[in-house]
Amino acid sequence: MTYLHSIGEYFLMLKGVFGRMTKTSVLRNLILKEINDLIMGSMGIVAFLSFFIGAVVAIQTALNLNNPLIPKTLVAYAARQSVILEFSPTFISIIMAGKVGSYITSSIGSMRVTEQIDALEVMGINSKNYLIFPKIIAMLTYPFVIAISMFLGMSGAYTAAVLGGFVTSDQFITGLQEDFTPFHLTYAFIKTFMFAFILATVPAYHGYYMKGGALEVGEAATTSFVWTSVVLIVTNYIVTQLLLS
Amino acid sequence: MIEVKDLYKGFEGQEVLKGIDYVFERGKTNLIIGQSGSGKSVFLKCMLGLFKPDRGTIAYDGKPFSSFSDEEQRELRKEIGMLFQGGALFDSMNVEENVMFPLRMFTKQRRKEMLSRVHEVLERVNLEGTGKKMPSEISGGMQKRVAIARAIVNKPKYLFCDEPNSGLDPKTATVIDNLIQDLTHENDITTVLITHDMNSVLEIGERIAFLKDGVLAWKGTKHEIFKTKDEAVTDFVYSSDLFQKVRDAQQQGQ
Ligand SMILES: Nc1ncnc2c1ncn2[C@@H]1O[C@H](COP(=O)(O)OP(=O)(O)OP(=O)(O)O)[C@@H](O)[C@H]1O
Ligand SMILES: [Mg+2]
Repeated sequence: MTYLHSIGEYFLMLKGVFGRMTKTSVLRNLILKEINDLIMGSMGIVAFLSFFIGAVVAIQTALNLNNPLIPKTLVAYAARQSVILEFSPTFISIIMAGKVGSYITSSIGSMRVTEQIDALEVMGINSKNYLIFPKIIAMLTYPFVIAISMFLGMSGAYTAAVLGGFVTSDQFITGLQEDFTPFHLTYAFIKTFMFAFILATVPAYHGYYMKGGALEVGEAATTSFVWTSVVLIVTNYIVTQLLLS
Repeated sequence: MIEVKDLYKGFEGQEVLKGIDYVFERGKTNLIIGQSGSGKSVFLKCMLGLFKPDRGTIAYDGKPFSSFSDEEQRELRKEIGMLFQGGALFDSMNVEENVMFPLRMFTKQRRKEMLSRVHEVLERVNLEGTGKKMPSEISGGMQKRVAIARAIVNKPKYLFCDEPNSGLDPKTATVIDNLIQDLTHENDITTVLITHDMNSVLEIGERIAFLKDGVLAWKGTKHEIFKTKDEAVTDFVYSSDLFQKVRDAQQQGQ
């Protein structure tokens, strides 16, 4: 029952977010600030994780290729498929649910408990639009992050596989191009867009409707991480079922 | 003028406001006093439309708030200045941007005009030179004064203050009280001010409403509050030393 209530409240919140718009000049600054905080601020960790996970995937595949009948090109092929299909879009999004998600929940939540949201409302400002809309727009650039993550993941795989002496550079490049299905990229970016929306709105919901004080802000950030991950994983399952099978 | 009729508000089984009728007059400082937890902040938030009353009406200059269209409500809100009990400054903005915020939202002024107005009000609350500081870098009392500056910067027609001088030293508190009273008279503002401070009651209590357990237990002026025999009021008011001394002095003088 409470879940149904929350889901209803979430959609009502979205309706409010796309309701009356904040003054354009103000909104523009807010969006730039959010791009800086949410996107730029996450580049470092995303780059770092992507490179090393790509490397590990390549090493794992190479180490498990004991059968001489299986071509060496499989290393690059396997790394490419796992990075593009799941690792970059899904795994990185879960990391972002922790980083960006808890930031969004705690920043909106602390505005709620210190009555800053009430202050906006008293001034007749649509606080949902003012606070959440810029985050959604900023997250539209999230697919860039994922594209970079894919590129760095493959770079990591190349570095580990070639420098580690598992495959030659030529074998890796050949494997990279093997059986390439462009639709897999489309699929990856469709889900990335959906994840971007989830990453902006589910944590925002947890912050916006929180009650209590400073202690509860911390709790809300944790709950928000759990729910954002759950929604991401379920969405991932549904999208994969619909698009790939 | 704000007219409140038969106002009820409760939360999950707890009745907080139990039928309040009162008129807040224009050009006067209308004080609300009462014990902690008596529902003063809730009363204010009902008037501001932050809480929806369970029953009753609140009319701004004769027009019930509930009958305002969205557009009218927004127009009204541009004319409201509100000081929250905790200040509610935006902590991602510095002092100057906080005070400038209503101007940026509601006026088409150039940045330079806005800045000069901001500095004018910062001066009135004795905060020249703190414009570039973040709210977290100034003291609680200073935050309160910034919040007052933000509430008055756009020359509101209705000014709501929830304990403007809690956390201020007596001298600054008097400055703030006088500032609010002066603005009220100068600009013919309807000012509603919640206070615990008996000093304020003596200074600027042009009209006083005493709230007890969610009902309006007494109303009057700062002159009448000394003469009343109402036990609830005397009980509350004379727990302040200051008040007793003032009364004793008055009686000796007579
Ligand atoms: N959002 C809310 N949800 C539930 N109960 C609330 C809420 N806000 C206030 N109350 C309850 O309403 C009652 C009155 O609170 P209010 O904040 O109006 O007191 P107050 O008179 O302003 O006190 P103080 O002088 O300490 O600020 C309290 O019992 C409080 O628990
Ligand atoms: Mg209060």
